[in-house]
Amino acid sequence: MIQLFGSHKQIETEIDEFLDQIIGGGLLFKKGIKFYLDGRFEEFEQRLAELIELEKRADHLRRDIETKLYTKTLIPEFRGDVLGLLEHSDAVLNQISDTLLEFSVEKPETLDDLRDLKHELAKNAIKASEFMVKSIRCYFRDLSAVRDNIKQVHFSREETNRLSEKYKREIFSRKELRLSHKMHLRYFARSIENIADDAEDLCDRLAIAAIKRYI
Amino acid sequence: MEWIYLLSGLFLGWSLGANDAANIFGTAVGSRMVTFRTAALVSTVFVILGAVISGGGTTETLGQLGAVNALAGSFTVALMAGLSVAIMTNMKLPVSTSQAVVGAILGWNFFTGSPTDYGKLLEIVGTWFFSPILAGGFAIGLYLLAKRWLGNARIHMLQMDAWTRLGLIVVGAFGAYSLGANNIANVMGMFVFAAPFDSFSVYGFFEFSGTQQLFLLGSVSIGVGIFTYSYKVMTTVGNDIFRLTPILALIVVLAKSLVLFIFASQGLERILLSLGLPTLPLVPVSSSQAIIGAIIGVALVKSRSNINFAVVGRIATGWVITPIIAAAMCYVALFFVQNVFEQQVVDREQQQQQTSLITPAAEILQFNNPDQLLQAGSLADMLPAGE
Repeated sequence: MIQLFGSHKQIETEIDEFLDQIIGGGLLFKKGIKFYLDGRFEEFEQRLAELIELEKRADHLRRDIETKLYTKTLIPEFRGDVLGLLEHSDAVLNQISDTLLEFSVEKPETLDDLRDLKHELAKNAIKASEFMVKSIRCYFRDLSAVRDNIKQVHFSREETNRLSEKYKREIFSRKELRLSHKMHLRYFARSIENIADDAEDLCDRLAIAAIKRYI
Repeated sequence: MEWIYLLSGLFLGWSLGANDAANIFGTAVGSRMVTFRTAALVSTVFVILGAVISGGGTTETLGQLGAVNALAGSFTVALMAGLSVAIMTNMKLPVSTSQAVVGAILGWNFFTGSPTDYGKLLEIVGTWFFSPILAGGFAIGLYLLAKRWLGNARIHMLQMDAWTRLGLIVVGAFGAYSLGANNIANVMGMFVFAAPFDSFSVYGFFEFSGTQQLFLLGSVSIGVGIFTYSYKVMTTVGNDIFRLTPILALIVVLAKSLVLFIFASQGLERILLSLGLPTLPLVPVSSSQAIIGAIIGVALVKSRSNINFAVVGRIATGWVITPIIAAAMCYVALFFVQNVFEQQVVDREQQQQQTSLITPAAEILQFNNPDQLLQAGSLADMLPAGE
């Protein structure tokens, strides 16, 4: 019996650690974007390397949790939902990491007057992912708070979309930029926006999973 | 020869083990919260404990309904109860072993001309109606309590999973104990008056009575039923018939077990008597009826639209038909056993002594209060000499 409670506690800790990786990834992303926009590329690359390491660690944790949940036949009623949530949240972390990597590879030009707008866009997208993590934690521990956090995700995602639209309108209204240049910048705005969209998709799934958990 | 007669009772025990253990651990095993090995081991051990320690109360009540006093009669009663259960199950009609046994005993009473204690019959039939309602009430109370507690407790899903597993085993053990205590009368009750075994002393420590030996044998046959055939039934119950979450299964099994326990516990009866409270009759109730009552109770508070009342009606019909069919089959079978196989299905001498003990309904009705009972003299005075 001690072994039963012990193995449950171990997986609980691993799930918490996995979710911590997503929060950590978001913080590194925000810092990385800030350094990029400020032209501090060395520090940017350092944050990117940390983020890639962190993503690998999260992947490893997710696989470990999934294997243990199946081999130890834990939470049989909700296992499918939990695995789905973990995989989707891992996809959000991947999106965060891929976006920052694209900045490093493609080096999109920074428009000085739109710097704050872009930073704000990144901050809002990450805020959506942070509330997503809070929602998942509540799904495991405090169902009554899931709804409030999902609402915050929706709000942050809408805010991200609004900022992204504003950014894209600004770019495409500029006569001095080539179309290819405009499309390149739009692609990056879209990529950041996808982080919030993915977080919202996960929360739609989470809302249904939470209903199933009510006895 | 005695062993051959006991075979029908052992068959009934095997069938009870195969079917009723599934009511206790079906969802737990079906959803893989508890392994079959653990479920089978826990239920077998606790069924035996329940039957040997607390099986006396319900057997006494069944004996008061009809004291089957010849081994061939007991054999026929148990065989026909088992066969009627098998036939009804084959016809896909929900069936209760308790009802089949009571029906078969009534069949024996009618065939042998033994008087039926209608007071007891009314008591038993009353519990058939009352037990599902009571189980439903318990289930509603437990569900509301669990919902309130779980809403505030903020336990991690994985910790909850561990507690639920532990709860399913503990409640399952209690359920098995209650099943053994309450339903052993169905398996071996009809053999008690035929008394095939003699008491013996175990190294001078305690007396192992003939009835206890019968109960041990019956509960072992229940255990064999659990180990050999209940896995199939458990996975069917867990996956096909009613799909409950493990927590709801915990609530439903606990509600059912409480009902079986209170209708079997002589200890509880003594406590209620000492407090001057009315007691509940010690009657073998159907665990299937109790569990269906508990499920309907939970469904009523959870989501009323989920109840299929046509199915509930069909189940209730099965409950009415079972004792009638068992009584008819037993009556016919006793005719053949007595006249074709020339076996003694009733001990007339013993029957006359028992008949004098049964109080006619008309006499019972004359006593409206305890004072009248005291005036009429003590029970011992009413017994014939030598009893």
